[in-house]
Amino acid sequence: MNSNSLKISNENLKRRLNAERRFKFYGVIAISLALIFVLILFTNIISKGYSAFYRTLIEIKIEFNDKVQPEMFKQMSDTEINKLDLYSFSKKNIYSNFPDIEKKSDKKKIIKLFSIEFEEEIKTYINKNKNNLGNKINLYISASDDIDQIHKGNYSRDIPEERRRVSNFQLSIYDELVGQNKVKFEFNLPFFSRGDSREAELAGLGGSLIGSFFTMIIVLLLSFPFGLFGAIYLEEFSKRNRFTDFIEININNLAAVPSIVFGLLGLGILLNTFELPRSTALVGGITLSLMTLPTIIIATRASLRSVPPSIREGALAVGASKVQTVMHHVVPLALPGSITGTIIGIARALGETAPLLLIGMVAFIVDVPSSPLDPSTSLPVQAYLWNDSAERAYEEKTSAAIIILLSFLILFNLIAVFIRRKFETKW
Amino acid sequence: MGLITFFLLVLFAITSFYLGYFRSNRVRVIEKQRPFSLDKYYGYYLAIWSVVPAVIILFAILIFDGFIVKNYVLSEFYSQGIDQSEISLLFTQIENTRNGIKLFNSEDEIIVNAVNKLNYIEGIFDITSIITVFSVSSLFLLYGYRKINLNFDARLIVEKFILIGFFLCSLIAILVTVGIIFSLLYETVRFFSQVPILDFLFGTNWSPQRAFVRDAADAADIENAFGAVPLFSGTFLIAFIAMCVSIPVGLLTAIYMSEYAKSSVRNTAKPIIEILAGIPTVVYGFFAVITIAPFIRSLGGSIGLDVSSESALAAGLVMGIMIIPFVSSLSDDVISSVPQSLREGSYAMGATKSETIKKVIIPAALPGIIGSFLLAVSRAIGETMIVVMAAGLVANLTANPLEASTTITTQIVVILIGDQEFDSPKTMSAFALGLTLFVMTLILNFIALRVVKKYTEKYE
Repeated sequence: MNSNSLKISNENLKRRLNAERRFKFYGVIAISLALIFVLILFTNIISKGYSAFYRTLIEIKIEFNDKVQPEMFKQMSDTEINKLDLYSFSKKNIYSNFPDIEKKSDKKKIIKLFSIEFEEEIKTYINKNKNNLGNKINLYISASDDIDQIHKGNYSRDIPEERRRVSNFQLSIYDELVGQNKVKFEFNLPFFSRGDSREAELAGLGGSLIGSFFTMIIVLLLSFPFGLFGAIYLEEFSKRNRFTDFIEININNLAAVPSIVFGLLGLGILLNTFELPRSTALVGGITLSLMTLPTIIIATRASLRSVPPSIREGALAVGASKVQTVMHHVVPLALPGSITGTIIGIARALGETAPLLLIGMVAFIVDVPSSPLDPSTSLPVQAYLWNDSAERAYEEKTSAAIIILLSFLILFNLIAVFIRRKFETKW
Repeated sequence: MGLITFFLLVLFAITSFYLGYFRSNRVRVIEKQRPFSLDKYYGYYLAIWSVVPAVIILFAILIFDGFIVKNYVLSEFYSQGIDQSEISLLFTQIENTRNGIKLFNSEDEIIVNAVNKLNYIEGIFDITSIITVFSVSSLFLLYGYRKINLNFDARLIVEKFILIGFFLCSLIAILVTVGIIFSLLYETVRFFSQVPILDFLFGTNWSPQRAFVRDAADAADIENAFGAVPLFSGTFLIAFIAMCVSIPVGLLTAIYMSEYAKSSVRNTAKPIIEILAGIPTVVYGFFAVITIAPFIRSLGGSIGLDVSSESALAAGLVMGIMIIPFVSSLSDDVISSVPQSLREGSYAMGATKSETIKKVIIPAALPGIIGSFLLAVSRAIGETMIVVMAAGLVANLTANPLEASTTITTQIVVILIGDQEFDSPKTMSAFALGLTLFVMTLILNFIALRVVKKYTEKYE
């Protein structure tokens, strides 16, 4: 080989190896991009949402007077106290915490520092401590959502006053309160028990958590038995003919039908034909279980298929009938796989939003539902609703709802992985 | 009421089970011979006889009782010749009053009388239905009980019953498909009786609100309000953007995972990427609104482009991220199933790894890869929440990804969210859009599954 052609070949090889390195590099870039997306998504939502798990409280002191005496509460029941009109009493007491302020417009601004339900919070405090009330009491009541956001640093203080929701005057009062150590920042427990509200500082996840719970129970009750039994029939008993082929094609196609089409099915059949109650977890559950069914059938069939024929032949050989063979020997071995598939299916149903929008589970519902027949929302729908709200304070609420939703999904998937590792037999 | 019946039924079934169980025991003692089946099968046999007819009757009652009760309560109003819609309004008022909701006319004599009548008839109905159900199932129980003897094969019948039950469960998949097609077709046909199908498919103006606001008599207006072309174009624009993100990233990821990555990298990176597939779409929608859209806006602003706050680009990008794992895991499966001998043959010719991938593996796996793309496209077309939250709600016939545009799924949600007026062409148009969507995704899935299946069979 002469030196010239060797040179060409060497150059050629160099070029080809460079191309090789480049190609591999593209692959690395693609994977890192995908991983970076995951990272950005999670950090973004967590950093936006974690502050919603805390709330801001402001300490005020209340002085009872002749009209409203601490003794009078002792004989009253909780409901009687809740019916009292303490609005002007509460308001005056809040004003008296700020003796320097006399202008009426300024007083109005002071009231706006507090949650709109300050009267209820004072009543709740009285209810709790009605037997040992002194003449002067100190208590914490919730700050308004704007002050809450300022305290958390979510609102910038640098923007000009006219574009800010909190005026300079209110800010100075707030700073004064912080200086006097009268502002408390604590874990937001009511966020998990309250229903939705038009006031951001009062809106909670309670209603949608319960709604999601009811919906998922119905999905589980409907889709698991039907999915399991249907899969057993198709895999173990059916003869292969055109009809079973047709069922199989059907199931595969249903698994790929867009979720919103199931919403249309729920609206057209469940609501309009069967006249089931709108906006309820019952209808939501039925709709989502139809969507989950194919997932469960496909997972169960796969795990039934992985049970080796020797198990079946052994059972048949000692005289078990076909049904006994399947129910006593094959299904118990396939059950972990089926349960794993069910949990994953339910996790998907839990995050599903679009079909629920069509069957009315998006209504603004303040009450926490007490049964699957009450109107309710679900966790992802609540996130959607809050995202639609104009007020900035709902942004952290939306993120918080999503954090809770994602933690449930991660929990479900971990359980599924655990069951698979622990109980699944490898043949 | 429902709960009591349920517990009674369960109790009844358990009793019947033991009835059969002990009956079979007795037969054995008396005849000094073992009966044909195990004792428990006689128990199951009787339990089936006691519960199944009862459940069927209960369902029949459940379906018809509301109708009968309503007719009974309203019978006097019908004879007075009151308008149909007024009567149904009246019935809602009666029901609400009964449920403790105070209305303006709750004190009226008619309403109070009707509520009493309603309570009365429902009480009677409940008691008679429970009695009927339990006497009928007792009869069946008796029939089954008398059939038990030495040579009676209860197992065979119980197993047959179980099989029928399983078979019915497997039919649900078909029922769901039929339900979908029926509910979509029914409304769609009614829609096309008001709006010509060609106007729907080829019209370029989508403004269903207009048909709603204006007088319905103005037929030409209705026809012009339901041109779905802007929706189709928006759907495909966003799906196209999504595919531009997910195809390169997904395919390269799949290639790297199956051909280059060490198993340790593969085992950690793959599950993390799969997380993207498990995240609810509402999360992506929020991410698009809160992070990607402002980012694109400020980026566009810095190079002097005017980007609207809701843009097809933001929705498409985020949707593309969502679809990455679909493309990557499906393509990964397909690439992995290319036989090793093809790779080795190529290496033996002196090809480098990337040359082997580009010239041998990809062409061999191409049908499967295209199948995975088609599945991803069908995902993108059917995706709802991202576009509802980030892409815009107003129809806009444009190819500019920086402007707001709307999709089929968005319009379905916009039309049907909240209260709908039934029978209006606006509401029915949502079902027509749903049918269009269903047919499109069905065709895509069908082709894709065919292609993938045929391809994997080829190398098996």
